[in-house]
Amino acid sequence: MAHAVKLALAAMLSLGAYAGEASESTDADTTPLATIAATPIAYRLPGEFVAGDMPVNGPVIELKPAQSFTIMKRQVSEADYAACVDAGACQKLAGTPGRADDLPVVGVSWQDAEAYARWLSVQTGHRYRLPTDAEWALAAGPAYRPDALTDVADPNDPSKRWIAVYEAESKAEAVAERRPQPFGTFGTNASGVMDAGGNVWEWTSACYTRQAWDETAGAFRQTTENCGVRVVEGRHRTYMVVFIRDPRVGGCAVGRPPANLGFRLVRDDTAEPSS
Amino acid sequence: MITRRATLMGAGLAALLATAPALALDEAEKLEHVTVELVAPPFVHPHEQATKAKPKVIEFHMPIIEKKVVVDDEGTTFQAMTFNGSMPGPTMVVHEGDYVQLTLVNLETNSMPHNIDFHAATGALGGAKLTFVNPGEQATLRFKATRTGVFVYHCAPEGMVAWHVVSGMSGVLMVLPRDGLKDAHGRHLHYDRVYTVGENDLYIPKDANGAYKSYESPGEAYADTLEVMRTLTPTHVVFNGARGALTGEHAMTAKVGETVLFIHSQANRDTRPHLIGGHGDWVWETGKFDNPPQKDLETWFIRGGSAGAALYTFLQPGVYAYVNHNLIEANELGAAAHVKVEGKWNDDLMKQISPPGPIVAH
Repeated sequence: MAHAVKLALAAMLSLGAYAGEASESTDADTTPLATIAATPIAYRLPGEFVAGDMPVNGPVIELKPAQSFTIMKRQVSEADYAACVDAGACQKLAGTPGRADDLPVVGVSWQDAEAYARWLSVQTGHRYRLPTDAEWALAAGPAYRPDALTDVADPNDPSKRWIAVYEAESKAEAVAERRPQPFGTFGTNASGVMDAGGNVWEWTSACYTRQAWDETAGAFRQTTENCGVRVVEGRHRTYMVVFIRDPRVGGCAVGRPPANLGFRLVRDDTAEPSS
Repeated sequence: MITRRATLMGAGLAALLATAPALALDEAEKLEHVTVELVAPPFVHPHEQATKAKPKVIEFHMPIIEKKVVVDDEGTTFQAMTFNGSMPGPTMVVHEGDYVQLTLVNLETNSMPHNIDFHAATGALGGAKLTFVNPGEQATLRFKATRTGVFVYHCAPEGMVAWHVVSGMSGVLMVLPRDGLKDAHGRHLHYDRVYTVGENDLYIPKDANGAYKSYESPGEAYADTLEVMRTLTPTHVVFNGARGALTGEHAMTAKVGETVLFIHSQANRDTRPHLIGGHGDWVWETGKFDNPPQKDLETWFIRGGSAGAALYTFLQPGVYAYVNHNLIEANELGAAAHVKVEGKWNDDLMKQISPPGPIVAH
């Protein structure tokens, strides 16, 4: 069911509390939300890292969230997105998009996701936004793995790493079924988050960065930030240009590209200031 | 069909009678016969590159198999018709002066008649006239390999040639000079590995919603497929039958210092192979070894209905992409393969002087 319809129904029936377990759901926003506790996890920083001339893996840190946050339990559905298109606030997708309320919308760019977040924020009076990469990792639970494809990095022979990465990507389990599946097909984690790491990869708000090892500081230092490319999360992490809707033409150079691009949103507790 | 078979048999008898005196003196029959086990591309059955042996009769046995295959990572299905079960069919290798003796078997479970036209053979439409077999039949053809080179073979049943070819029925026969390959100066050339890349242009019908249709038999797919074929716009352009057939765990492999012969065939449509980050050291663009090969090519042109061959010695390790350099066909339609090459990096040939980083004034 589309959000707009749900909202209208809720208003007519003057219901007090709605589906969704976030305790503050005392308004008309029926979006099912999961609360992600502020539990530390091992987290590999996103971006490309170089030490000297050599590409290396990003460091793994202990990510300690300052506070809990709420995120959509499921990815945004075809019906959700269609409501935004009907309202004239989102771009129509290619082909003949479906309107199912139990299937994730796919074939969406980062720009499409941003437009939807703006629209949903206005509709609900809450601030919805794409998760940061760290938030996605926290929400995904066991579906997030900080593993690197390979540890191979030979300063005298760049081909060693190219081949090792290629082999790791080739061996990685292929997505057997590319078509989007009903919510819950890929499981629900302890926080109530569904389908993380399934066959729909998700946009994050994180910009692409390049970080170089600074020997004197003993740390990586950011040398480049490119917000025209964002971090995409799922079974493996990748980077996509913001206007790409079909991931097969957008990233993972010679490797296995994501099967589909979709998204879910974080809801901040603070309400949008009414205009 | 019975009438047709009877006619063919009649023609065969007439030919036998006309050459009756020669029959007893069939020289080829007296030659040594050897049987070769065929393997699916990109691999090529073991063979000598040059030979001191006398000409032989090389016997091949090839079933025709109609089957449903998956051609991309979206699960799009396709009613394939295949020689020996693969797209392209297996690469056959003989030497100039040898006789190719092929037994072509049309399996009982197939739905259509088939035959084979060898571009290397002389007469009878390349053998097609003598090999027209219905499901449950077989025929044996012998022809002399009189010209050297890599040559396409394909199915060519009257009135349906194009459909059978774009359904997967093509392959390569390589006829090597008896003393092996030579460069433009007459110096001997040798390869450590040989791969066959067969390029397929596929024309798969879509339904009203733009989704690829799936059919239960070739016959059922015929009318719709013909309509797509007539647009001359393939829905897929792939190597060896499917997007990704030669990538990832199926990528071709080589080592630095090894010389690889890449045979590229396209039975229907022009193409232009290119090895990204490499070259063609010696390229028989038209595929015929009596013509001197061209040196140091970046991209070579394969005319539709022909095969070409490129010889390259790998000098640098890494993952190479071997593509149809119409890059829309490579990236969007599927005509891309990879070659994984292990060995020692050569800084003299290439070195990264400074990695990507912020722009500095100079």
